[in-house]
Amino acid sequence: MIQMMQGWPLLSIVTLLPTAGALLILAARAMLPGENVGFDRGVKLLTLMVTIATFVVSLVAFAAFDFHKPDFQLVENISWAFGSAYHLGVDGLSMSLILLTTFITPLCILASWSIDKQVTSYMILFLVLETLMIGVFCAMDILLFYVFFEGGLIPMFILIGVWGGQRRVYAAFKFFLYTLLGSLLMLVAIVAMIIISGTTSIPDLLRFHFDPQVQIWLWLAFFASFAVKLPMWPVHTWLPDAHVEAPTAASVVLAGILLKMGGYGFLRFSLPMFPDASHYFTPLVFSLSVIAIVYASLVAFRQLDMKKLIAYSSVAHMGFVTLGMFSGNEQGIQGAIFQMLSHGVISGALFLCVGVVYDRMHTREIAFYGGLVNRMPVYAAIFLLFTLGNVGLPGTSGFVGEILTMTGSFQINAWYTAVAASGVIFSAVYALTLYRKVSYGTIQNPKLATIADLDAREWATFIPLIVATLVMGIAPSYVLDFTRASAEAISNAYVGVAP
Amino acid sequence: MSVAMTDLMHSIPFAWPELVLAGYALIAVLIGAWNGDRAFGLLSFLGVVALVAAGALAIVHQPSSAVRIFQNEMTVDGLAVFAKALVAFSSAATLILGADHFSQTGEKRFEYPVLIALSVLGMFVMVSARDLIALYVGVELQSLAAYVLAAWRRDDARSSEAGLKYFVLSAIASGLLLYGSSFVYGFTGAISFDGIAAAIAQGPGVGVIFGLVLMLCAIGFKMSAAPFHMWTPDVYEGAPTPVTAFFAAAPKVAAVALMARVLYEPFGAMTAQWQQVVVALSMISMLLGSFAALLQTNIKRLMAYSSIANMGFALMGLAAGRGDGASAALLYLAMYLPANIGIFALILAMRRGGQAVESIDDLSGLAQRRPWMAALFTVLLFSIAGIPPLVGFWGKLVVFRAAVESGWVSLAIVGAIAAVVAGAYYLRILSAIWFKPAGAALAPATGAVMLTASAAALLTFPILVFGLGALQHWAEAAVRGF
Repeated sequence: MIQMMQGWPLLSIVTLLPTAGALLILAARAMLPGENVGFDRGVKLLTLMVTIATFVVSLVAFAAFDFHKPDFQLVENISWAFGSAYHLGVDGLSMSLILLTTFITPLCILASWSIDKQVTSYMILFLVLETLMIGVFCAMDILLFYVFFEGGLIPMFILIGVWGGQRRVYAAFKFFLYTLLGSLLMLVAIVAMIIISGTTSIPDLLRFHFDPQVQIWLWLAFFASFAVKLPMWPVHTWLPDAHVEAPTAASVVLAGILLKMGGYGFLRFSLPMFPDASHYFTPLVFSLSVIAIVYASLVAFRQLDMKKLIAYSSVAHMGFVTLGMFSGNEQGIQGAIFQMLSHGVISGALFLCVGVVYDRMHTREIAFYGGLVNRMPVYAAIFLLFTLGNVGLPGTSGFVGEILTMTGSFQINAWYTAVAASGVIFSAVYALTLYRKVSYGTIQNPKLATIADLDAREWATFIPLIVATLVMGIAPSYVLDFTRASAEAISNAYVGVAP
Repeated sequence: MSVAMTDLMHSIPFAWPELVLAGYALIAVLIGAWNGDRAFGLLSFLGVVALVAAGALAIVHQPSSAVRIFQNEMTVDGLAVFAKALVAFSSAATLILGADHFSQTGEKRFEYPVLIALSVLGMFVMVSARDLIALYVGVELQSLAAYVLAAWRRDDARSSEAGLKYFVLSAIASGLLLYGSSFVYGFTGAISFDGIAAAIAQGPGVGVIFGLVLMLCAIGFKMSAAPFHMWTPDVYEGAPTPVTAFFAAAPKVAAVALMARVLYEPFGAMTAQWQQVVVALSMISMLLGSFAALLQTNIKRLMAYSSIANMGFALMGLAAGRGDGASAALLYLAMYLPANIGIFALILAMRRGGQAVESIDDLSGLAQRRPWMAALFTVLLFSIAGIPPLVGFWGKLVVFRAAVESGWVSLAIVGAIAAVVAGAYYLRILSAIWFKPAGAALAPATGAVMLTASAAALLTFPILVFGLGALQHWAEAAVRGF
């Protein structure tokens, strides 16, 4: 069957299938006006099926992909306006992130089953968001990349603002404007790159050598966008707000996928296209990464809100990602990619864990809970697994990412790495404290006396995540083999110009 | 045949669009005088037909290279045709909206379509003008019709105030235009653009620069570029909404096209002198338009400031210089207009209990009450805010590109900052629509409104985005004559 589908525009199908689903829902809405529960249920089911179908198609694309080759594959190229083109393609890096996206999205839809307000709009926005996220990772034209990258703000803004928590409007505005400012500076840099190099194709830009003096400015403009998106300290402040106020599924997407766009941007653009500038700014990035790791861990420890704690832990983990990728060697870059994938799964799962109790009790306050293990043993076990993954326990995927990024950065600078390593300890402190407060002890709060354990839908949501965490932790070579060729290519482009 | 006669015979085929509009206006006045306001529906319909026909004729009769007509008074070239098409089609859309609106409110006065047609005729002359006299006549014809339209609700204090304010301030701008023209004429001895260009090629004098700056101020006033924008919010707010929709669309195109022609043709040799002026106009417009709109609660005033900011972006294209710059400005307008007209269509639909409501809070909870209207609003607002993949983004990209290419990176960065600030106030409207709890429901939108807004939304995505290549090709061909 895979042979048969060789000639198909697989990437376009993966990218556009969710939007096709959204149009279908729109058409159904137009034909069947009026709100009713049955229609909403149908919409949820349809969305779930569309996202699962997308995942299946992405698996087909994965099977058709040859990971021994470092160059871009499954290429589609149709010319458009202004010299740009509808140009798609993937390498190991983008393919793995696409799989992460299509893997996480159906789980998000499952986690959104409890949504009962404006269901049609919610599902349409989610499907459009999936298209835009996949598009970011497979766009091979820099303008097309920008379109997908920034287009994602529209559905996310509305998702946070409509279905979010109490301060959702503030969080939505902050998220949108913060990201927009970074993106527009990048847009000016993109325009300048197109004018200087005369091309919009990413493979051609990767071969083009920019003047080192110009690289500095271009690097800074791209940094403005990706550092906000990732996020790096000190431009991370939108993240805790957005995470806390977003509905569960949007938090999962935000932590699991949207943050990865920043890391992907660094790996795709900043390192290989501006290697001189990247070398020049490495001390800056290392410093910011280490500050992020230590500072965010300490802040996380003091949080009273479960989601906020996990949000700060995301900031800390992203610090490892930037630390690894800017060490520029293969271990570091491999580690950064692995850490992104692992964090996508684990932090997504942790937000789902919070979502489970939030759905039941409608509060995320840590002090409200306690002793959940008595009423919810299965939940407690699953929560423990992901907490340990977050801490980086060997055997879970979190460990592999952290050890690889630190191996990479140790070769560049031992001191930075030593400080970063302390972050591993801090993460154990805050994550285990959270777990102890929520799960252990006896139930003090009478409202928890009747809380129920996981139901079948929640089981279905967690099982794929558990499998992914353990497989990636026990047999990381599957993933590492897969991304090796692209990591080498990025590392060569970067180390090749070492001063 | 005399020379004048030959020239006339040669000119008429190229003047069909103008002749159709003039003919329509004269006949419509006669019909209106005979039948009174009963003829409103018929005349509006004919007006739409005449406008569309004028736009179509302009496109069909586009000469392959620039043609001078009426003894070099006017020219028909790519720029003129592009601008005429935009002006005619956008005016037709706003005329449909106006006819629908005034039929509902019972203000069916037959002069409305006639005045629109006359104003559009003025714009056609503006964008075709090749000497200072034709330029002035075009500007005045356009403006005089516009003053009357602004004061359309003569027993409404706000509308009368808008008309009067517009008239008084605009008359000053016209005075500046004449004064500047007289300087140019005095120092170059020519009123035709060719003559002026030839005289300037000998070396521009201080007097010519003085005249040029005065003319730029006047044209800046007509396109509502800051710091000549003061009339805009009041007139936009006071004028009946369909009239505001008209003001926000066609006259902008005409003014930008006119400015492009004036800058590049007679004063093309003085680029160094005018470039700083245009850059300053652009920066001030973008920043002022964006920041001032943040505090508005009335959606029409907000759209007034939004139009000021958007003119700043169009000027960014013009500032980049001939060729790419002019086509960027034209493309920007072509991509800005659909969203703008669509938004005004939806503002027209903001009615409750037979009364028009205009504050942003009146949109609260629209997404729950009228999901389709909310969806259209969302698409159009994100487009005008310049968020991809909607077409407004491509407009911004084009002008950024023109600015960076001509070396004005700072201008592009100011534009980026202004776009973020502008994003904030478009988000305020969206926040009311989506995030606020539902207030009292708005009355259902009429078919004409929904049709116009849907067409506009489809233009912003996907039609214009997928047709971007063709549009770009057309705009670049349009400015090749320069």
